[in-house]
Amino acid sequence: MYKSLAEIIAAEKEKNLPFWKVVMQDDCIELDISEEESFQRMKYMYEVMKASDAAYEDNLMSRSGLVGTDGKKIHDARLADKLVCGDFIGRVIERAVKMGESNACMKRIVAAPTAGSCGVIPAVFITVQEEKGYTDDQMTEAMFVAAGIGGVIAHRAFLAGAAGGCQAEIGSASSMAAGAIAYLNGADAEGIAHAAAIAMKNLLGLACDPVAGLVEVPCVKRNVVGAVNALTSCDMVLAGMISKIPPDEVFDAMRAVGRAMPENVRETGTGGLAGTPTGIAYREKITSL
Amino acid sequence: MNLFDIIGPVMVGPSSSHTAGAVRIGNIARKLMGEEIAKAKIYFHGSFQLTGKGHGTDKALLAGLMGMPVDDSRIPRSYAEADIRGMAYAFFPIDLGDVHPNTVKLVLDGVKGKHREIVGCSVGGGRIEITEIDGLGVSFGGDYPTLVIRNQDIPGQVQQVTTFLAEENINIGTMQLYRAARGADAVMVIECDKEIPEDVIPALEGLKGIVRVTYLSLK
Repeated sequence: MYKSLAEIIAAEKEKNLPFWKVVMQDDCIELDISEEESFQRMKYMYEVMKASDAAYEDNLMSRSGLVGTDGKKIHDARLADKLVCGDFIGRVIERAVKMGESNACMKRIVAAPTAGSCGVIPAVFITVQEEKGYTDDQMTEAMFVAAGIGGVIAHRAFLAGAAGGCQAEIGSASSMAAGAIAYLNGADAEGIAHAAAIAMKNLLGLACDPVAGLVEVPCVKRNVVGAVNALTSCDMVLAGMISKIPPDEVFDAMRAVGRAMPENVRETGTGGLAGTPTGIAYREKITSL
Repeated sequence: MNLFDIIGPVMVGPSSSHTAGAVRIGNIARKLMGEEIAKAKIYFHGSFQLTGKGHGTDKALLAGLMGMPVDDSRIPRSYAEADIRGMAYAFFPIDLGDVHPNTVKLVLDGVKGKHREIVGCSVGGGRIEITEIDGLGVSFGGDYPTLVIRNQDIPGQVQQVTTFLAEENINIGTMQLYRAARGADAVMVIECDKEIPEDVIPALEGLKGIVRVTYLSLK
């Protein structure tokens, strides 16, 4: 797996291949599989994302009772034209909430990169595909772009909340989605890297502070911010803005910030929101279930 | 690490460590048993005990013991599934001391009378580690076909086993040795590059000084 976005950018120029193909070819060697097999496996991941999105049940609540049914609220408000952000972003919000809730309700999802952040990529991808009419093959290419960015983040920093806080989960998912959507909109490897960098920068420092240690509060709603942030970060790059800090250095900064985070905001369910009087009260109630 | 560790796995939520990891510990414990499980006593330690209910760790572990994969939609209903199969199960809290916070101890009885005590932990991202089998410390992740050989702690055991495997043309990836105390039983954990033919296991068990051979197949 590539250790830096700079190497992928260089490989794109040197081999005259798109970002996604550079990343895929490298992985085919690692896994000892054909390009066709790799492509089909990734396409399957996207198919499962779409199936999970469609399988949302609007009457389910999680075992703790903390999350569930909110996806329907967004859905209804969107159809009633009540949302400030309008229909497109409304659909992104709706999908992110739904996937986060489905995960909490023990439904089948794709960890991307983690279960807690599983709503970001599908919310962005499915809605953008719906809006722009990209084919599933194009979306699969974008999945490779996302995975390639995630691989670099995993190498330079981390993808687990326990290791680096929520910035490592939602931040990474958002960064992966931003680069992928930039690719679909014609960005080269350089543009992809800058979209990924801007998305990560905007979420640096985000604590992992789940109430009662469960992947529910605030995780479900943070999938929304990750998804929307991916789109706005992508747009900044499409308009010609760049990250003033080089993308790989942004990931290094995420690692440094994660390392400096106290343990109570690294998925221990003790600090941040989990440590508020209400968060503690929820924990006591849930533990006695 | 590969791209499908980043996008994937496909799993039943909500947590890769507390749900998917628990299913995998169950899967591997089932394979180490080598027969259907009749009775399972499940002891949750640390974070598994504290947040396990909310993460469905109990349902996931049980599903894993029944052989369900991490993306099996029946995982949330595994209690009912176990009842249908007539598999007995019970959950208990336990303090195993200074171990990984996501640790579980399994006391299992098979339908043919096999008894095993297995300790495993979920180390993150769905990856797991088996740390103890029948009271002896081990360490393997279940990513390779793995032989767990319990033998008498006498000279020549390692050479005997490795020579035997070499004659069967089986390449060893990693090998670890453990023992409880000098002269007591010892354990060899051998991770192999490919699956081991079925007839090799009884032949290994027939070697002098070998107490028991457990094989973890990835099939």
